[in-house]
Amino acid sequence: MSVDISQFHQVYFEESFEGLAAMESGLLGLSIGEPDNEAINTIFRAAHSIKGGAGTFGFKSVTDFTHIMETLLDEMRSGQRMVTREAVDLLLLSVDQLGRLLVATRDKQAYDEDAFNTALQNLQAMLAGAQNSPVAAQVADTPALSATAWRVTFAPQSHLFMTGNDPARLLRELATLGPCKVTCDSAKLPAFSDFEPETCYLAWQIELNATVPEAAVREVFEWVDNDAEIAVTPILPPPPEVKPKAEEPVAASEEDKPAARPSRIRPARLRRGEADAESQEAQATAESASAAIAEQAGGTEERRSTERRSTERRSTERRSAERRESGGGAAGAAAGGTSIRVDVEKVDGLINSIGQLVITQSMLMALSDNFSVDDLEKLREGLAQLERNTRELQENIMSIRMMPISFSFNRFPRLVRDLSSKLGKEVQLRVLGENTELDKTVMEKIGDPLVHLVRNALDHGLETPDIRLASGKSASGTLTLNAYHEGGGIVIEISDDGAGLNRQKILEKAREKGICGPAENPSDAQVYDYIFAPGFSTAAVVSDVSGRGVGMDVVRRNIKDLGGTVVVHSQPGLGALFRIRLPLTLAILDGQLVRVGASVYIVPLIAIIESLQIERGAVESISNQTEIYRLREEYLPVVRLHELLGIAPASTRLEDCLLVVVEVEGRKFALLVDELLGQQQVVVKSLQTNFRSVAGVSGATILGNGAVAMILDVGGIIRLCRERAADLPLLPPSARVA
Amino acid sequence: MSAQMVTSGLGSNAVLGEQFLTFILNDEEYGIDILRVQEIKGWEQATPIPNTPAYVLGVINLRGAIMPVIDLRLRFGFDAVEYSATTVVIVLRIKNLEGLERTMGFVVDGVSDVYNIPAGQLQPPPEFGGSIRTDYVKGLAMVDEKMVILLDVDHLVASDMELGESPEEQASTESALVE
Amino acid sequence: MASILAVDDSASMRQMVAFTLKGAGYDVTEAVDGQDALTKARSKQADVVLTDLNMPNMDGIQLIRELRKLPQYKFTPMLLLTTESAGDKKTEGKAAGATGWLVKPFNPEQLLATLKKVLG
Repeated sequence: MSVDISQFHQVYFEESFEGLAAMESGLLGLSIGEPDNEAINTIFRAAHSIKGGAGTFGFKSVTDFTHIMETLLDEMRSGQRMVTREAVDLLLLSVDQLGRLLVATRDKQAYDEDAFNTALQNLQAMLAGAQNSPVAAQVADTPALSATAWRVTFAPQSHLFMTGNDPARLLRELATLGPCKVTCDSAKLPAFSDFEPETCYLAWQIELNATVPEAAVREVFEWVDNDAEIAVTPILPPPPEVKPKAEEPVAASEEDKPAARPSRIRPARLRRGEADAESQEAQATAESASAAIAEQAGGTEERRSTERRSTERRSTERRSAERRESGGGAAGAAAGGTSIRVDVEKVDGLINSIGQLVITQSMLMALSDNFSVDDLEKLREGLAQLERNTRELQENIMSIRMMPISFSFNRFPRLVRDLSSKLGKEVQLRVLGENTELDKTVMEKIGDPLVHLVRNALDHGLETPDIRLASGKSASGTLTLNAYHEGGGIVIEISDDGAGLNRQKILEKAREKGICGPAENPSDAQVYDYIFAPGFSTAAVVSDVSGRGVGMDVVRRNIKDLGGTVVVHSQPGLGALFRIRLPLTLAILDGQLVRVGASVYIVPLIAIIESLQIERGAVESISNQTEIYRLREEYLPVVRLHELLGIAPASTRLEDCLLVVVEVEGRKFALLVDELLGQQQVVVKSLQTNFRSVAGVSGATILGNGAVAMILDVGGIIRLCRERAADLPLLPPSARVA
Repeated sequence: MSAQMVTSGLGSNAVLGEQFLTFILNDEEYGIDILRVQEIKGWEQATPIPNTPAYVLGVINLRGAIMPVIDLRLRFGFDAVEYSATTVVIVLRIKNLEGLERTMGFVVDGVSDVYNIPAGQLQPPPEFGGSIRTDYVKGLAMVDEKMVILLDVDHLVASDMELGESPEEQASTESALVE
Repeated sequence: MASILAVDDSASMRQMVAFTLKGAGYDVTEAVDGQDALTKARSKQADVVLTDLNMPNMDGIQLIRELRKLPQYKFTPMLLLTTESAGDKKTEGKAAGATGWLVKPFNPEQLLATLKKVLG
């Protein structure tokens, strides 16, 4: 029977990445010099598990690499090795390397062999350094002695059964080597009245007719080495080529057996070491026999305990490949997972919800038989019930995809530690709200933007200790990650107590790039928002830490693709705060249905500030194409949706229209619609699946009546607006925004 | 020798890849690989997609999936007509350059029949020099003394409608990269 | 067919063992650590116990020690899954009452052969 164990590979990789994450956080949490043994044990076990599985599934490089890590950790947990910062750093780097190796192994890709070998050598060096390295006990195999027949004496000690071993089984196994002639020695068997069923009284002598090496014969009894006397001698035609060692015990026990037989004392007493006068001789021979056997057993033991250690990587013809760093550390490597851990409770909740749904459905079915107008009220109730059940089911299913944001936040302790040390800054990381849940896919996609923002804060936001001290701050800066639910979505904040954004520099750069016109006088908020404009970078020297200036605009675009927003607040000298808002899930959206012309569109509720009826006097035209609406103290640009969408409007009279005030990237606009229809949750369906993405539209949905409605992308609409306006020669070129 | 006419598309000696569904458009007969035809349905009002060419009528709900509908008349540059009772939508499975499959519907005047046209009977398309671009014409065949224009389904849309990013988005990405 | 209790904190190992054994017709109960195994062993009699060494919440050796205290497990074959190098563990294991061991890494064929040895 052949079992394909490759089906377990995926589970192995998943649990190994979890193990790596545990190792990393364990290592990060170790206090240098005062090791917490339980903590080291946990790290050790994780390494041990990864190694074990790698061995089973045949991933040799992983086995060899992890083996050294495991040995180091073993020494640490047994107190043989000190927990030094150097050791921890090396182990952390090794965890990274192992992560890359695992990814490469899982995806069957090339990995950077040079980096791997360097890491391996470093580990070996550390291992060899502090202690006498446990040298492999290279004991030469006892020369394989072969004969065509063997005489085996098997005399179990009385407690043999307690080990769960069964002589019958052992004899059966011996018989698989070849035909056996078995003689049983029942001399020790007491009278029935004294018979203790749990004690082994019997012994056997077996003649095995097989051409096998001695080792094969002994192997049958390997488990019971210490629980039985075992003698194996070859049966040879005339000249004995028997090893002297083997001869002694055999000779001794063979000769003494007949004599010892009648004088064999109760096994119990033998175990306790008590000796009867009669049996002393027997015991002496038994002891010498066991000693000889033990010696042989010891040899076998050593052989088996030979460390399989290789220090050479079998080099393949692979080319080195750069592994993309996504925040470094074990957490980054694990990102390739495609399965979800779900609490059994959640699954039970689902089953309940389905149950309720089925009940409601049957009720409605029953109602539809012989339906009369009198049942209308019941029907209404039934449908309301149906809505409740469906909503509950929906919430339950969504909650399955929800995971705490800690999964994403987990990579940051490592990142902050490595980066701050590289930049020569002292940084404390504070993490709040890590149990806040969000959709798995959203979380996976927000990872990179978060990393970029954190790197940015560390690189540009936080100052070096000397500068901080000079300005009266503590030498160590604080970076705070916070997550909480608000308004049906999730808010993630990254804030630091650094120098804040440099308004002057940003404005200069914005003017230089044409993002801001020379005559414009933007507010602080608007200036800070310029950092998200494409191609913007104020770093005089592009640091390799946070990358080029395209970072921020990509961050915003990625967040926007998730249906979210990001804004920045800053106070010079005090610090900066980035606030990201994300929907809880990508698939469902709370929307406001609006009618523009004859078509129904959906405006995401998350973007809407308010909706209102137009007051004629509040509209002012700036030019033929641009209108502004005065709302209380603000002036909002008016967006004529029907023009943008290419639809014939229901009415050109403004008083007939309504305004939906939306906020995009810190700025407010007023969308002109013909009618407000209800608000509802809609399922977002992608246009790209069968068509392509459309500017101004983020997706489509199917309404209750089966018709398709477009979901507007407010940011895209605004952009389209600007582009349209920019195309007109009337407006100055500075108004054009890419 | 003219091709065999196979009724109901179930030819006994039909070879895979050689059966074509033919339809009428502007009094011409066109043929498409039957294996690419998912279904044929009656015409229904589509939801318009903003800022798309006129031949993109919009999207419809095909059993829960959002499917675009193209008016093939307009696509080929013919004049539009009033839709009638015989106007149908042929739902096709289209493969793009990367091999990804999309489902799209095409409005035609009416469906004709299913023919078995062996590869050897295909003649290369002549230079049209007209509005029908030759990249989506596979070839010509004579069926019962009628000329059937065989179309390459995958190129019906690829030529000037980039599936993926909208033209506006492409433009903005380009300008960002320039900076 | 015989009932096996397979104990290992590594899911992939556990699954492989369970899959292999079930495929051969054995009835398999899985446990994730010593504590879990002890509970399950009490409620359902196992004919053979296969356990890993290093596990949280009670390791393999302790598990064997505890199991041997139970009358119904006095003579049950119990095998430790050990790595080659762990010589002292084998001794410790035997002292705790282990029947024998299976050396890691092992493949499914070796596993089945060993079980056959033990069960006959």
